[in-house]
Amino acid sequence: MSRPAKKKQPLSTGSEWTFELIEAYDREIARLAKGFRLDTYPNQIEIITSEQMMDAYSSIGMPLNYNHWSFGKQFVETEQRYKRGQMGLAYEIVINSNPSIAYLMEENTMTMQALVIAHACYGHNSFFKGNYLFRTWTDASAIIDYLLFAKKYIADCEERYGAEAVEELLDSCHALMNYGVNRYKRPQPLTAEEERQRQRDREEYIQRHLNDLWNTIPQKEEQETHRVSHFPKDPEENILYFIEKNAPLLEPWQREIVRIVRKISQYFYPQKQTQVMNEGWACFWHYNLLYGLYDEGLVTDGFMMEFLHSHSSVVYQPPFDSPYFNGINPYTLGYNMMQDIRRICEHPTDEDREWFPQLAGTDWLDAVHYAMQNFKDESFIQQYLSPALIRELKLFEIYDDAESPTLKVSAIHNEAGYQRIREDLSAQYNLGNREPNIQVYNVDVRGDRSLTLRHYMYNNQPLGESSEEVLRHLHRLWGFDVHLESVKADDTVCAQYHCPPREVLETL
Amino acid sequence: MSYIIDRRLNAKKKSTVNRQRFLRRYRKHIKRAVEEAVNQRSIRDIEQGGQVTIPSRDISEPIFHHGDGGQRQRIYPGNKEYMEGDEFRRPQGGGGSGSGKGKASNQGEGMDDFTFNINQEEFLDFLFEGLELPYMVKKKLRDATQTETRRAGFTTSGSPEKLHIVRSLRAAHARRIALSGKERRQVRELKKELWKLEDAPTDPENTKRRELLRAEIDALEKKIRKLPFIDDFDLKFTNLVRVPVPSSKAVMFCVMDVSGSMTQAIKDMAKRFFILLYLFLTRNYKQIEVVFIRHHTHAKEVDEEEFFYSRETGGTIVSSALTLTGDVIRDRYPAGDWNIYVAQASDGDNWDGDSDACRQILINRVLPYVQYYAYVEITTGPHQNLWLEYERVREAYPETFAMHQIEEASDIYPVFRKLFARKMEGAA
Repeated sequence: MSRPAKKKQPLSTGSEWTFELIEAYDREIARLAKGFRLDTYPNQIEIITSEQMMDAYSSIGMPLNYNHWSFGKQFVETEQRYKRGQMGLAYEIVINSNPSIAYLMEENTMTMQALVIAHACYGHNSFFKGNYLFRTWTDASAIIDYLLFAKKYIADCEERYGAEAVEELLDSCHALMNYGVNRYKRPQPLTAEEERQRQRDREEYIQRHLNDLWNTIPQKEEQETHRVSHFPKDPEENILYFIEKNAPLLEPWQREIVRIVRKISQYFYPQKQTQVMNEGWACFWHYNLLYGLYDEGLVTDGFMMEFLHSHSSVVYQPPFDSPYFNGINPYTLGYNMMQDIRRICEHPTDEDREWFPQLAGTDWLDAVHYAMQNFKDESFIQQYLSPALIRELKLFEIYDDAESPTLKVSAIHNEAGYQRIREDLSAQYNLGNREPNIQVYNVDVRGDRSLTLRHYMYNNQPLGESSEEVLRHLHRLWGFDVHLESVKADDTVCAQYHCPPREVLETL
Repeated sequence: MSYIIDRRLNAKKKSTVNRQRFLRRYRKHIKRAVEEAVNQRSIRDIEQGGQVTIPSRDISEPIFHHGDGGQRQRIYPGNKEYMEGDEFRRPQGGGGSGSGKGKASNQGEGMDDFTFNINQEEFLDFLFEGLELPYMVKKKLRDATQTETRRAGFTTSGSPEKLHIVRSLRAAHARRIALSGKERRQVRELKKELWKLEDAPTDPENTKRRELLRAEIDALEKKIRKLPFIDDFDLKFTNLVRVPVPSSKAVMFCVMDVSGSMTQAIKDMAKRFFILLYLFLTRNYKQIEVVFIRHHTHAKEVDEEEFFYSRETGGTIVSSALTLTGDVIRDRYPAGDWNIYVAQASDGDNWDGDSDACRQILINRVLPYVQYYAYVEITTGPHQNLWLEYERVREAYPETFAMHQIEEASDIYPVFRKLFARKMEGAA
């Protein structure tokens, strides 16, 4: 692709957008994106109003979803805050589906629409298609169909068993939604066609299988009893999966709803793990793509001013003592890391050569593509956070031990701190550390059928105050007593929760 | 290749179902907010929506998360003066560098409560929750003396200013066509013959015949032209008729006893009742005036604020209020122009000698003019002589006078429905 010597005419000069202009911009951006080897699903760009955007917000960003009061709450909250001017709506929402659906708000200016197209339709879209987590965990072509199936199935259940019963069940499932994912096991791709066909067989099969497990006729051999004395044999991290397959009292339709919630949770799991990378990647490309347009003279200076204004507010990181500080901005971190990779490839310093021998002096496009495809936030930071960036963001680490009255600065952006900051920031993005690690530990199959969960404590951090409430939800699903034990690293139990509560035992 | 789709015209209210479920779930909170609003607001703006606040602790969805405690390493950006090994006290409150992530929201007080708005319809639903608002159609209203001029087609007579020119000329045209039909047909036939002759070779007989035909045609055309262009009975006039319409104006009298025996709780109940009546009227009339009359031993016309909230003590002479009501009706609200509604609320106390007078005044000075008179007695005790006298009034005016007892707030609505249900049956 050779750059024409003479500059082209700008595509537009005003701030008003039209469908023709959007098409023209999309064509030009697509052309540039191809030059950067961005491989995307086909794009479906939908222009929507702000109300529709609020609707989209409140159905977890999906174009359709089953009905539940919590989405209504979300909607009411969004609407209220938007109307009071406390928050703006996102300029876009993009859905990991095939074709990839991107929502553009009609209120946006032409510049914003172009920014959004570059960001969502070529940035996020290529990430969805390229990143290994999404490739493994989600089937973009099936999600819309699956949601349609889920919506219909749940609506049917409401009709047949009453909205109240379904709502209660969904409440319980939502409480455990974060524990409805397989973190390490590979999933089977979900397709709606199969789903519908297999659903009936599954109902029957599970019931039969359950009967085996709960069969109360004494086993003949002593060893047999021994074999099931610990069930599940290995702790199960996917609590909803365990419930779906083993809860003794659930009806088939209830199992199916548990499954739906867990499938949707699984679908969003990669997004939770790649926030920094995904946003970073999208910001990196909207920046480069729009600069590409500018270089060719396709956009005006005014366009660039407006774009840079938005861009810099998106990637702004307020310092820790600012009233606007709300954690590390994933856009900032991701964008800077992506740019940093390019810098290291193109203009490496001696320090970079020492830290990133595999990057320095190589083709930057290969390097960023490789990074996008093969990492998640945790490993991405572990691998690519450079001392230069640590210095630029002035990162430092606070060690907070609840036992001690003081906080300690354990690392700052200096030679001694780089490695530690990199490791601990990476750990901060490890979902396994962020969410308490709770697994199904045992079921008292022969006794009172109680379910015991174990919370494997991370750095001695206890569970938060709503745990009892969650346990009540789990109790509703399981149908028998539920226990939860917090276990320290040395395998000693340091806290117990019970549902129904066991007051007598607590006082002992 | 991208597809660009305009979705702006698609359905907007996708979240309505979810929103309603949310409202249903938090009905208790919303109801409380609505009740507070009812007590705080003026009757006239009761119909607006309202703001509902729910403590966020009640509304949060529980999940497993880490609580405070244990050891944490957190990375923060924007280091200014810290060196490795620095120690400082843990900042209190949700400061920027606070520990833990359980309560990461540092957006200020706004996050403590969940506040949102409900619209007017929802507000009313919650206000009368569990009670259906009766289907209050506009019935034939009594004593409708106002009339309205409406167009009612066309007539053949009328005053010149109502002449409808287009219709008149159309009628004239039609008449001319109708009356000249035979002649014009003859003319057509003769002309046809004439043209034939003109085409044929000329001979004397032919010429003679042509002249004859021409003369005949001329005669016929003259006859056609003689028809008058416009005739008396072509004239059409716009027809306007006067139809009686019910007056769109209503006045509502709120009459309440404010003597010492009326507690604020009783007054609040009375207020609900007045609100209901007001809502009922707003559905039927364009313009509503509200007159507040409070009384103890003397009656006084007051504004709403004073009506509900100022306190006075004293005995009770109900007839004073009824007399004043009668006077106000006579002076300001002639029954021909106004639909008059009176709602009276009392705890049933009255000075013994007065109840008989009340009956007289009602029967003679008030009831002949009003559409409806509703009396509610808010008491849990036994009825006193006022109630007994009023029962006699009800016998005299079963159509327009209604009375009922209210014991607690939940009675208000059923009582209201009973009061007005009878009215609708009577009018249907």
